[in-house]
Amino acid sequence: MKTPDKEEFTLSVYSENHVGLLNQITTVFTRRHINIESLTTSESAITGIHKFTIVVFATADHIEKLAKQIEKRIDVLKVFVFRADEIIHQEIALYKVSTGSLLGGNEIEKLVRRYGARILEITPEFTVIEKTGHKEETQELFEKLDPYGVSQFVRSGRIAITKTKKELLENYLKKLETDQTQLN
Amino acid sequence: MNVMEPQSQLLMKEEKTKETKRMSGSEAVMQSLINEGTTMIFGYPGGAIMPIYDALYNYHDQLHHVLTRHEQGAVHAAQGYARVTGKVGVCFATSGPGATNTVTGLADAMMDSTPLVVITGQVVSSLLGTDAFQETDVVGVTQPVTKWNYQVRRAEDIPAAMARAFYIARSGRPGPVVVDITKDAQVNELEYQYEPVKAIRSYSPESPIDFHQIEEAAKLINLSRKPLALVGQGVVLGNAEKELLEFLEKSGIPAAWTLLGLSAMPTEHPLNVGMLGMHGNYGPNIKTNEADLIIAIGMRFDDRVTGDLTKYATNARVIHLEIDPAEINKNVHADVPVLGNVKKSLPLLTGKITKNEHSEWLAEFEACSRIEYKRIIEKETAPDDKGLRMGEVISKVSSIFNDDAVMVTDVGQHQMMGARYFRFRQSRSVVTSGGLGTMGFGLPAAMGAKLGAPERPVCVFVGDGGFQMTIQELGTIFQTKIPVKIVLLNNNFLGMVRQWQELFFDKRYASTELINPDFQTIAKGYHVPAVKVTEREQLDGAIKQMAETEGPFLMEVLVEKEGNVFPMVPAGASVSDIRLE
Repeated sequence: MKTPDKEEFTLSVYSENHVGLLNQITTVFTRRHINIESLTTSESAITGIHKFTIVVFATADHIEKLAKQIEKRIDVLKVFVFRADEIIHQEIALYKVSTGSLLGGNEIEKLVRRYGARILEITPEFTVIEKTGHKEETQELFEKLDPYGVSQFVRSGRIAITKTKKELLENYLKKLETDQTQLN
Repeated sequence: MNVMEPQSQLLMKEEKTKETKRMSGSEAVMQSLINEGTTMIFGYPGGAIMPIYDALYNYHDQLHHVLTRHEQGAVHAAQGYARVTGKVGVCFATSGPGATNTVTGLADAMMDSTPLVVITGQVVSSLLGTDAFQETDVVGVTQPVTKWNYQVRRAEDIPAAMARAFYIARSGRPGPVVVDITKDAQVNELEYQYEPVKAIRSYSPESPIDFHQIEEAAKLINLSRKPLALVGQGVVLGNAEKELLEFLEKSGIPAAWTLLGLSAMPTEHPLNVGMLGMHGNYGPNIKTNEADLIIAIGMRFDDRVTGDLTKYATNARVIHLEIDPAEINKNVHADVPVLGNVKKSLPLLTGKITKNEHSEWLAEFEACSRIEYKRIIEKETAPDDKGLRMGEVISKVSSIFNDDAVMVTDVGQHQMMGARYFRFRQSRSVVTSGGLGTMGFGLPAAMGAKLGAPERPVCVFVGDGGFQMTIQELGTIFQTKIPVKIVLLNNNFLGMVRQWQELFFDKRYASTELINPDFQTIAKGYHVPAVKVTEREQLDGAIKQMAETEGPFLMEVLVEKEGNVFPMVPAGASVSDIRLE
């Protein structure tokens, strides 16, 4: 039997905004030995509801089970699982290069222009460049800048938004209400 | 943000209409317990929970507290109590070691879906995070083994936290909850009023039944020629025993049960074909791979039930009736999942199926039973050689109580023997550690079971290994006068591990032989009357003496040293490869 391939998935986890929830969510991954590639938390468009955006590599089957285990936590409202083509996503990267290398020629300036990056800050010693994009894009710029000496590099976790018009959670909250009336 | 916000809002609304009463946090704990219908608490005091115990002193006429000899005993006793009554088991423990001693019981209750509210004391909130005396991060430690946990740092949050705890523990798929209360929250005062929780936005305890899925399930059942129902604890937790029998009797479908589904249907019911899994009966195991339809009812396809999943139910479609969405497709793919409480889904399904009989298919199970009887059961319950067998003891103990006692077990060979040879007439008659397999569970769980069902005989089977893990609870039994009947099946071995060593490790008995104390003397020390059986002719008399003695009793039976439990599906093998010897 062929073992199914691992794919990249983006999980949007909606929860109440409580202390300790991050731990509750990450232990579900740890217990199943699934590495979290990136993680971002923020408020959602709905007041009081928090959103975790988590990127993992796993099989579709694993992800389905994982998502259910996360949803099982009392304070988690809902987990949505997306493949890359179902979302618009972005990451941000910062690069620190020496200002000297920037002044030494126009190569770095060319790279900044070509990659749609921008310069955030220049001091006599260093320059901070910012680029948003997919991981491959920010990585590529890193590799291009590296020969000129990148003294610091940092990349954020992924943030993602669905291609549907509203937060999927709103539909879910409506469904909850109808379920509740059916049960009572 | 405050975790209690939904409740706090609720409280503010109610404040206008309801009168409040000023009291300490500890008294609020007592009042909350009374509001939730608690009458029994198992626990052990200590520094950080002393204000709660002090408040308890004034409530002894409403809240009966059982002082155990170890916090693990308190949790297992609460589990026993919860399992026989269907109520939420309640425990008190102090901070630090008191709280960490509850962890095994919490993990056990989590695996076996037992509703518990465990209240732990915590150091004063100003000392949190300073490595204060007896401080442990209880919320952190218990998070993976609880359905929900919460730390209360303000007295005014106690009623809402308690209401939430009880609602979560008992609703949906039940489970253990920990409420960790700092000492200052216990001492400070609040305006008390109690509003039970009826819903939590982020938590759906059960799904409404999908009628389309019922139709699909009914179609498969009506077409099936070899259907097999697998009965789990979901039936008991949902109080759906009657609904189960109606479904089975209309469909004529043979039903096998998991360890925790035991006693959901009477042993002698003609459609009861026995136990599933590793030490289950022969028929249900080999017929699993001949069945064309599996109807799983409130069970979770544990690996001890399924064996090798790639060779499990290979010819069958699967209908899975289950309350917990995370169990659907977790281990076995469900062709027709039916989410929701089986109490509601079973009658809908019964309404849609045609009346049927599967007499030929049932006859195949009977043929298997005859093989099993001849090869295993006869030798175990009516042996023709000298050594006493666990099976014969268990079967006779069942008989003296008219097959209507509550059976509690510890973990190991005697547990499997108990499941195989004890007989049942009514539900909620089994308390055993299924998922976690916790040795030491039996004795304290039996105390809770007896206190929960005082009108029924409660009989606990323990091995010489597990008995010594919580043997100090004999002190609780004596002090609280709990009339449990303890049957110690002593083979001077850790029998189940020894059996595996015999079968799979070339008889290399590494650290499994026990040189035991004189259990009779120990029982005497605890003022528990005891008898020791070494020969078969003493057995009937001893059992009679045990049954007729008022109060607790220990019957120790020296059973065959190297007895084995068969049949057996070796770990990782297919259910079809069940071994009869």
